[in-house]
Amino acid sequence: MKVAITSQGKDFEAATDPRFGRCQYFMIVDSDSEDFEVLSNDNIGVGGGAGIATAQMLIKHGVEAVLTGNVGPNAIRVLQGAGISVYTTNAPTVWEALKQFQEGNLEPLSQATAKSHFGRGKGGNR
Amino acid sequence: MIVTVASGKGGTGKTTITTNLALALQDFMSVQVLDCDVEEPNVHLFLNPKINNEKEVSIPVPLVDETKCNNCGKCGDFCAFNAIAVVGDKVITFPEMCHGCGGCTIVCPSGAITEKENRIGVVFSGNAGKLDVSYGKIDVGVPLAPPLIEAVKELNENDCLTLIDAPPGTSCPVVAAVKDSDFCLLVTEPTPFGLNDLKLAVGMVRELGIPFAVVINRSTLGDTRVERYCQEEGIPVLLKIPFDKKFAATYASGRCLIQDYPEWNEAFINLWKEIERRVQQHAGATSN
Repeated sequence: MKVAITSQGKDFEAATDPRFGRCQYFMIVDSDSEDFEVLSNDNIGVGGGAGIATAQMLIKHGVEAVLTGNVGPNAIRVLQGAGISVYTTNAPTVWEALKQFQEGNLEPLSQATAKSHFGRGKGGNR
Repeated sequence: MIVTVASGKGGTGKTTITTNLALALQDFMSVQVLDCDVEEPNVHLFLNPKINNEKEVSIPVPLVDETKCNNCGKCGDFCAFNAIAVVGDKVITFPEMCHGCGGCTIVCPSGAITEKENRIGVVFSGNAGKLDVSYGKIDVGVPLAPPLIEAVKELNENDCLTLIDAPPGTSCPVVAAVKDSDFCLLVTEPTPFGLNDLKLAVGMVRELGIPFAVVINRSTLGDTRVERYCQEEGIPVLLKIPFDKKFAATYASGRCLIQDYPEWNEAFINLWKEIERRVQQHAGATSN
């Protein structure tokens, strides 16, 4: 099973990124083979619909679960439409988020945890 | 003729200039006021038009017939705004992200996409004495102002002076309001924010190739950097309105400056004369 964790860096010690659509990287871990890859998120600077575009990118990568800080309403519609489970975590590092997930300590989300444009930072939706 | 009143910074006095200019000129020509600040229109609060027409404005958004869709994903790849996504054997649409370009209906190879109308706001029209007044009001939660601004601008009549009150800033809604104007007034204030945002607005109107000038509101506050900037750039400053608590009180009570202080009437008539002269000059220069 491929698990994608939003990350601010390119290794397991990196801090998790609280944003989904505009996170910096995804650490994608295959829990069966223990292989992993780093996916840079090109949608970090798009004008609108970052969550939708990022969700589609993960679908193309065959991801089945996402661990992140917050996820918006549009992104979760796409992710759930593809049958991807979304979990929120406040773990400080990618490694700890993964551990929480593997130990079964995370509950899958049924709805968004953040409003649209959460990941755009200050300046709101302009 | 179309004169648009814009500003980089918000709250500098666009509506003050628009409404007073309209009132000062209404006895000399037919004047139409179009409030294109559709996210927070306020011209009507000062001119109190009697509204006699309301028109709903919609944009076309995709309607997908999933029985015809082959899940090829071309619509999602085409859409620059991520308003449509193919997820497995489902198509998800986000009407609020759609700009209504119709591209997805064209690229769909199986004819699965048609369009339906999605309401974004309302245009109100009416009269305030001799003035024609119209304004757009976008629906709450709709992020897409330009199509509604364009709907307000469609009411533009050729044989009169059209004054457009633009939204603040320099983003797409402002460009939608300012483009195709014969002249643009940029209202600013002598503060660091006023100067910074004025520079952005100047860059925008220069890009659009529209002749423009500056009005400095609350000109006795702040510092002289806005004036120095205008001097260095050769930008005419056509009017300065000093800061006065009385003027602020007039504004706060929903009245216009020249209604309470008719001695300001002449300043606005002179402002118009300067604008007219510059528009003619510009027309002469571009036809040579």
